[in-house]
Amino acid sequence: MNCAECEILLHALIDGELDAGHARDVEAHVATCPGCAEKLEAFRAMRAAMAEAGLREAAPARLRARIEAMLPAPTEPVAVTHQLSRPSRRSFFGGFAVGTALSGALAASLVLTVVRNDRERTTAGEVVSAHIRSLQAGHLMDVETSDQHTVKPWFDGKVDVAPPVVDLTAQGFTLLGGRLDYINGEPVASVVYQRRKHVINLFVAQRLGIKHAGVTATTVQGYNVCHWSDKGLDFWAVSDLDADELREFVEKISAALHPAGPS
Amino acid sequence: MSGASDDGDRARRFRDAALPYLNDAHTLARYLMRNAADAEDAVQECYLRALRHFDSYRGPAMKPWLLTILRNVCVAEFARRGRQESPSDFAEEEPTAEVLPMWQEPPTSPEAVLLRQHDSDAIRKLVAALPQPFREAIVLREMNELSYHEIAQVAGVPVGTVMSRLARARSMLRAAWNVAEGSTS
Repeated sequence: MNCAECEILLHALIDGELDAGHARDVEAHVATCPGCAEKLEAFRAMRAAMAEAGLREAAPARLRARIEAMLPAPTEPVAVTHQLSRPSRRSFFGGFAVGTALSGALAASLVLTVVRNDRERTTAGEVVSAHIRSLQAGHLMDVETSDQHTVKPWFDGKVDVAPPVVDLTAQGFTLLGGRLDYINGEPVASVVYQRRKHVINLFVAQRLGIKHAGVTATTVQGYNVCHWSDKGLDFWAVSDLDADELREFVEKISAALHPAGPS
Repeated sequence: MSGASDDGDRARRFRDAALPYLNDAHTLARYLMRNAADAEDAVQECYLRALRHFDSYRGPAMKPWLLTILRNVCVAEFARRGRQESPSDFAEEEPTAEVLPMWQEPPTSPEAVLLRQHDSDAIRKLVAALPQPFREAIVLREMNELSYHEIAQVAGVPVGTVMSRLARARSMLRAAWNVAEGSTS
């Protein structure tokens, strides 16, 4: 990452809009670049000062009363006081050189890959909540067995997918069992694995988040979350394992879905 | 036959959905119009239009939907006036011209709270002095607390443009702050 990229992305970092991978990239650059480090600190302090300053402008009581007074609504079209033609944005913004010091084109090219999607982020939160629920309720498994041939058929008729269940015991991930869970009100299959004392919930559903081929890694409430899509299914792996080990788990699962050669 | 009660129900749903964002709407209008009376007119116009279009509202996020309408109202008003923005009246509200450091240790003493009041007014003026697209981006982010995607929706620009505008807005604010600090110390 160079300073020009960093100068735009550090704001997304401050605003919590950067995915985990790019957040690490920015932090790595900042660690070696005093100029960008100074900017990051200054903008963080500025943001904190703005939050502290209480800059919101509460609506005056008379405005609230005016708006209350126009409710309930009349059924006929509301008369408006002036012509509401919408000017082209081009003309309105034409007077300003937008992004003179910072490349707008650069930002546009970066944004497709780095800014987390709102829906994706919401789903990640839901997935982590489901993970936490599964640990708290003493209800981690509905079917408790390390036999993949028992877990897989158990899901039949309970969810509309046949989640791949693979035995990764040899690779250090023990299959504990399976559970039926609900995320966003939809039934979701969860296949539960364990490494040492760390539980991994692998949620599998037809539609859960935004389908994409690559693995998106993020952190929600301290839990590491990986999301990817494969064979028409969405996979979400959640654990308190560190990010690298969870990544390793994801790679093992992916590899098991795509056997390299004839077995 | 049930028309009246339908209207009543619709009005109630609108009230429940939209009124919680009145302060957000007023904040954006205040910074876009930069004049107290114009801001109130714009917010009222926004709520009138939102009510009219409420039937076509398909959630989920009411705040960006409402602020999009408000922004269009403000932009239309600028166009009607021949693209002349009103001069900012932020400076008139608090005649204290003294600018003090904006970020420092959290205030504890009454004096420090008083200082913070000055800070707050100073930052308001600096934000109000930003050119419109940058002012809009920073207000939607810092005061309305919208996500980048929501800001893009409200401003009608790609997320990349939101990112570069925010970066530019904060750079300009920082530079203006340094100038303000330099002039008083």
